[in-house]
Amino acid sequence: MTKHKQIRIALRNCGVIDPQAIGEYIARDGYQALATCLTKMTPEEVIDQIKKSGLRGRGGGGFPTGLKFEITRKSVSDQKYVVCNADEGDPGAFMDRSILEGDPHSVIEAMAICGYCIGADKGLVYIRAEYPLAIERLKIALEQAREMGLLGKNIFNTGFSFDIELRYGAGAFVCGEETALIHSMEGLRGEPTFKPPFPSVSGYLGKPTNVNNVETFANIPVIINKGAGWFSAIGTEKSKGTKVFALAGKINNVGLIEVPMGTTLREVIYEIGGGIRNGKKFKAVQTGGPSGGCLTEKHLDTPIDYDNLIAAGSMMGSGGMIVMDEDNCMVAVAKFYLDFTVDESCGKCAPCRIGNKRLYELLDKITQGKATMEDISNLKNLCTVIRDASLCGLGQTSSNPVLSTLDNFYDEYIGHVVDHKCAAGQCKALMKYVVIDENCVGCTACARNCPVNAISGEKKQVHFIHQDICIKCGACYDRCKFNAIEIQ
Amino acid sequence: MTETIALIKSLADRYGRTRDALMPILQGVVEEERYLSDVAMTEIARELDIAAAEVYGTATFYSFLDTVPRGKYVIRVCKTITCDMHGKKRVIEKIEDLLKIKLGETTQDKKFTLLTTNCLGWCHKGPVMLINNTPYPDLNEDKVTEIIMEYIRK
Ligand SMILES: Cc1cc2nc3c(=O)[nH]c(=O)nc-3n(C[C@H](O)[C@H](O)[C@H](O)COP(=O)(O)O)c2cc1C
Ligand code: SF4
Ligand code: SF4
Ligand code: FES
Repeated sequence: MTKHKQIRIALRNCGVIDPQAIGEYIARDGYQALATCLTKMTPEEVIDQIKKSGLRGRGGGGFPTGLKFEITRKSVSDQKYVVCNADEGDPGAFMDRSILEGDPHSVIEAMAICGYCIGADKGLVYIRAEYPLAIERLKIALEQAREMGLLGKNIFNTGFSFDIELRYGAGAFVCGEETALIHSMEGLRGEPTFKPPFPSVSGYLGKPTNVNNVETFANIPVIINKGAGWFSAIGTEKSKGTKVFALAGKINNVGLIEVPMGTTLREVIYEIGGGIRNGKKFKAVQTGGPSGGCLTEKHLDTPIDYDNLIAAGSMMGSGGMIVMDEDNCMVAVAKFYLDFTVDESCGKCAPCRIGNKRLYELLDKITQGKATMEDISNLKNLCTVIRDASLCGLGQTSSNPVLSTLDNFYDEYIGHVVDHKCAAGQCKALMKYVVIDENCVGCTACARNCPVNAISGEKKQVHFIHQDICIKCGACYDRCKFNAIEIQ
Repeated sequence: MTETIALIKSLADRYGRTRDALMPILQGVVEEERYLSDVAMTEIARELDIAAAEVYGTATFYSFLDTVPRGKYVIRVCKTITCDMHGKKRVIEKIEDLLKIKLGETTQDKKFTLLTTNCLGWCHKGPVMLINNTPYPDLNEDKVTEIIMEYIRK
């Protein structure tokens, strides 16, 4: 419906141009910004424009991009690098993939601009192996840019040289963290290291390295072409421009949207997203992936920007939004994220490696209906310990999904612990299949289909489900034609 | 074995023999042989003049750098939250059924390995799986059957 709420900056060319034809990118002002920077502006002037635009990193942290350029520029070294972080791995996020598949030149152009600003002639894109099409499109785009002299030696006859190499991830989420990413490119295990030193000072092979996210880069050519003032007029006081969000889950219109910072969750979910699927009731939206938290009914009118999301106990992350409805158990949701974290923790530090495993076990115990109130208070304590004692962002934020569901859905936790009930009916261990005596005609369909023979009863007699044998597969429920089986 | 050694030599010629060439070389071997054998890892160590333990340590860190034999087609089904909401469980059961293997196993003829993985960036079109380098989104039981049958016939 209200398409006018969307403004496309990072996605300006996605779906509009043929990403494999550089001419189409150029026809839409492509490489204009690079030409302007190289021929009409000093690196300092370019950095100044980016600083004034208010652009902040779209990879999660929200660090001011112009300031990062400036720090890397001021680091003295014989060699510097520009790195594009395309290791997108947050569950629910797919904007970086879409930009690289739909508009690879916007990232290439911006990386060259960054090289000019910081004084680097070499760029690297670290892209996850799970994105074969994006890799293919990038390769073609790089080839075409080189052919046209937009990459390589002496670009636009200005003496500035720049080229880009691709490096591939190998299925490790933590490599999205910038120090881990750099170690992975160095041929080491992708384990994060303590910051400082920041990559801007000492990064790839010990040299100053400017790491930015795909979407961050995609904004830069537009800022140069249209001016910092134009960009900073969009958005909120401290979060400028637009943000791409990936809508997924129980929402009618799934896919990518790009809206000004400060758009409310209500506008995103109901006006652009078309509301909740199947007329169900909205329950929560998880933003920020495994580092984030959930926003609920009471946050619907909060303007979305970096600071408001943090104040609401979540975070921007890369912009994935997973929408939950009344059928989602929030304890199970938290458990899901912890399962992810346990998988993806690099194992370097104990609070994250062991603590998250214990968190997962506690959550599992709750969903089994075997937990006590003491477990809930242990859960909270453990969350703070992991947050305070972990080395990198993964461990420091992994407890957010737990803390935020505890905050917003404490009743659900209590329901599992005290009443042994899962209100959403999602936790199998707390469900019971029982025969409704009045409806049962004794057709025996359920008993014949039960894989574990948990149902007894003679023909034309009321049947009975033995709860100690039942594995809750639901076969009887599906087979009964007389609505004689209910889930309690 | 001689093939593996030749492959590693050509990869090292292409990517260089410094430490930062290690990942591309490991990935090159997996691309060709589907996994890193002990022979491959010791040969890479020799070629780059680093300890075999370093090669092993790096390789085992990454879930896509397998160190046990894998089938010709490695199927990785996304098990993360939105794919779960949209029925990844039934997709996995269907594949298990079709290939007569359980999650984590490889078929006897070494043609298929069935694994799960975390989010593949197709959350709006889940459930999704990756077969070697090709993503297949929007799966249901019928569609996954069609795709797997096609691979079986290959
Ligand atoms: C566990 C973890 C995973 C991350 N994954 C990504 C990622 O996939 N893509 C990304 O751009 N940044 C990711 N980041 C953030 C990067 O460390 C870094 O801040 C970012 O690439 C900087 O770029 P930006 O300033 O343009 O956002 C991750 C951080 C952590 C702690
Ligand atoms: S916090 Fe977790 S992921 Fe980060 S370094 Fe420690 S163990 Fe690794
Ligand atoms: S839910 Fe499954 S196991 Fe339980 S009684 Fe019904 S058919 Fe049997
Ligand atoms: S959750 Fe399966 S692709 Fe993202």
